[in-house]
Amino acid sequence: MINSHSSNTHKNGVMVMKEKNIKAGRKAKGSGDRNKGSGVNPSAGYISMTINGESRELMIGKDVQPWHTLAYTIRETLGYTGTKIGCDQGACGACMVLINGKPVLSCMTLTVECDGKSITTIEGLEDRETGKPHPVQQAFIDHTAFQCGFCTPGIIISTKALLDENPSPSEQEIKEALAGHYCRCISHYHVLNAVKDVIRKSEVK
Amino acid sequence: MSTEYRFIGKAVPRKDARDITTGRAKYINDISVPHMLYGKVLRSPHPHANIRSINTSKAKALSGVKAVLTYRDVPDWKVGNPLHLRVLGSKMRFVGDSVALVAAETEEIACAALELIDVDYEVLPAVYDVEKAIEKGAPQLYDIYPNNIMPQIAPFMGDNILQNIIMGDTEAGVKEADVVAEGTYEYNNIPNPLPPEPPGAVAEWEGPDTVHLWISSQGPYFDRLTLYYMLGRKVNVKVTACQCGGSYGSKGNSSPIYLQAILLAKAAGRPVKLCLNKQEHLTAFTLRLGSRIRGKVGMKKDGTVTAISGDWFVNTGYFSMITQGQVAVGLGEAQLAIRCKNWDLKSKTICTNRNASGWIRGFGGQEFISALFLLLARAMQKANIDPFEFFKKNFVKNGDRNIWRDGHWWTSKVIDFTKAMDKGAEVFDWHNKWRGWLKPTSISGTKRTGVGVGVIGNADVGEDVSESLIRIDPTHHAMIYTSVCEQGTGQRSSLCKMAAEVLQIPPERIYLAPQDPGISPYEFGSVGSRGTYAMGAGIIKAAEDAKRQLFELAAPLLEASPDSLETRDGLIFIKGKPEESIPWRTAMGVTRTIFGYGRHEADYSLCNMLMSFVEVEVDTETGKVDLLRVVNATDIGQIIDPPSLENQLNGCIGSAGIDSAIFEETILDESNGRMLAANLIDYKWRTFADLPRIKNVIVETPFPSHRFGAVGVGEITTAPGPSAVLMAISNAIGQRVVEYPATPDKILKALGRIKESSA
Repeated sequence: MINSHSSNTHKNGVMVMKEKNIKAGRKAKGSGDRNKGSGVNPSAGYISMTINGESRELMIGKDVQPWHTLAYTIRETLGYTGTKIGCDQGACGACMVLINGKPVLSCMTLTVECDGKSITTIEGLEDRETGKPHPVQQAFIDHTAFQCGFCTPGIIISTKALLDENPSPSEQEIKEALAGHYCRCISHYHVLNAVKDVIRKSEVK
Repeated sequence: MSTEYRFIGKAVPRKDARDITTGRAKYINDISVPHMLYGKVLRSPHPHANIRSINTSKAKALSGVKAVLTYRDVPDWKVGNPLHLRVLGSKMRFVGDSVALVAAETEEIACAALELIDVDYEVLPAVYDVEKAIEKGAPQLYDIYPNNIMPQIAPFMGDNILQNIIMGDTEAGVKEADVVAEGTYEYNNIPNPLPPEPPGAVAEWEGPDTVHLWISSQGPYFDRLTLYYMLGRKVNVKVTACQCGGSYGSKGNSSPIYLQAILLAKAAGRPVKLCLNKQEHLTAFTLRLGSRIRGKVGMKKDGTVTAISGDWFVNTGYFSMITQGQVAVGLGEAQLAIRCKNWDLKSKTICTNRNASGWIRGFGGQEFISALFLLLARAMQKANIDPFEFFKKNFVKNGDRNIWRDGHWWTSKVIDFTKAMDKGAEVFDWHNKWRGWLKPTSISGTKRTGVGVGVIGNADVGEDVSESLIRIDPTHHAMIYTSVCEQGTGQRSSLCKMAAEVLQIPPERIYLAPQDPGISPYEFGSVGSRGTYAMGAGIIKAAEDAKRQLFELAAPLLEASPDSLETRDGLIFIKGKPEESIPWRTAMGVTRTIFGYGRHEADYSLCNMLMSFVEVEVDTETGKVDLLRVVNATDIGQIIDPPSLENQLNGCIGSAGIDSAIFEETILDESNGRMLAANLIDYKWRTFADLPRIKNVIVETPFPSHRFGAVGVGEITTAPGPSAVLMAISNAIGQRVVEYPATPDKILKALGRIKESSA
């Protein structure tokens, strides 16, 4: 293990793909001959997804390899580096994004599984019209609910998902919803204050 | 609070808050440079081995591979203190040591290339225990360091650094004592501070003798300086510090990564990113120092410590980045925490065949007192002394003299910390909850609660030099030029607040120049608890210097002396006459900027203090320990930014702090030198669902530091807790538990419910 830094996730990814038989969006428009050695049908085609409101088409074998995680695609292919990769193993929550509104660990999700899905990253939370931060972001700003900030985008995403589903969670429900997020500076207490602030303000409205 | 400030002491959103919460903040792995390659490291599977032969031809032949480097291909660049570890060598000293480097078009190709490197190893016997490592005939890690003992130097701390505390007469002290305790105690579970962001670097050569390096660091100026020497004083290193995704000191040990990225970029002729993954972060990056004391203490019934003697064995793993400096600070901190006239305590920094220990929050002090306090607790128990009263009595007092890290005697100019200690005890309800040694606070079925307390102080608040420049503009803005970077403390924003208070313009009108030590003046770094006083003093002086120049320009226009002037919100007026004012731009003209310069000189006469009270609940049936409550008591003179301070204090449980007494540990399999729990699932960490209650008691007694009378406290927040937790557990179950971390097996063993492991 120690010698090999080829990520398990990628290896597992390939295995998962074999089981599932890549679900391709539609037929390839191009020749799709960039797949050498990947063992994937070069005519597999495209997948399309909406990311932060913009629709993107990704060619399998070119833009996306079957073993690419969504975290990798978001960051390296699409350039949304606000999503962080901490452990790349599904343990730390730094890579949390919304897929069709639900919080998902993007390092444990294959991009090719996301065909037709709508993805929201931290970059997609600000109001597109006004440029204002999302109320959850604003509360984190107001409460300095972070220190180094590396885990913050993931925590904000999970908070948004929680409040979308349950606008008035109890403290215990908030803690459980965020329990998958590794924060090492120990900003948890300020995060809880920030989340409660969002709840309080939304109840006043 | 004695003085009313306009900005100081009030919560102001951090300058980087918007960037952090929107994903715009750029961390090291977010950096991308055109034509960038990806670097990977082949790591040793053996804890101790020589490379007999290494064949990279298949790796080089792989399509997309742009460089493969082994020890044969690289210059004799070294890292460490002193410079002793070659950037790539033929000798492997731990499982995870660097065998070869690859740069390729993609990370996947680089990983594939690693698999194609053939290495033949001559496997050598390994040693992991510090006392075994110094025995005759033990495996030797470095030919230049017989018996694996590192030289006792740390050049940036001076020529005479503190490595042994020798003063008074310990034999006489023991005779004077009412009780004597003796024994061997350890804080040796080498937890990992484990910031969420793994370490890394991006290197790009801009010419034959200039390299641009992006880093995740706490001290970019200092990194730039040390790299200059490591690279043989021949290369101009341009350093850009990215937003740092947590460090807790650890990223101060990144030099090997920097050099490897620089070498790969040179060999490939293209920029290279070298970021460690989490497994490498856990197995091949900074652990806490291993700490073992074989010692003896003498104590009187009134809590006077009459003698401390013994040996402190420090395990630095396969190399030392700055361990001897940590030893120096740790020994200094012990004298601040425990007043004692007779010391005979000698340290040894020892190399072993495991991953390196090094620079971590607590910086030697945590490692030292977490072992020493177990020994002192034994004596306190014998003498039946309340540990709170003991620490209160023995913490450094104004006028005490002690030897600091530089080996010099300093006279402490400290405030009376007992006020904060008493307030902490009151908030915690110590006097009610403390029932005596090995006595639980409460019993309910199988569950018992107990309390413990610890303390630490550090004279690092004014350590080392900080320089700053402030430019004031006729638009009533100011720009701060500092090599201070941001790793989570909010320091850059707090510096803006200090400048804002001096210049009397809102912090929103103060900007920070990029974190670039090519632009900004000397700065030791955001290390220790030096941000508030040392860095603050540099900023304050720079702002005052700029303001003085501004007033000199304004004085003739206002027909007054510069000393009689005042400014507020960009207007200058004679004190008390704000109605007759002129704006900065009138005084300066629109075609001028003013530069103010400030410098803080090292000052080791002040120290901070943190006392942590903890309450635990132990299930005697399962051996599980729950941390119920922490009360941290401190006196920091003046709060600069309340939420940032609270955040730092809450950090007491994370980053290999209090939880290193409960469940955090790095487990080494000594049969093969490999680390178990080398991932974030197996390495235990605390979640949102398991938070204890934390209360921070913050007293503000002005310090003789700078004009705001403040000092920092961030370095020490993790340090007093671990030994306090073992004290609390021991009291809860009525049996001494003196091994970190107190996992259920150890609790049940102490209770006699299970026998010593047969393994």
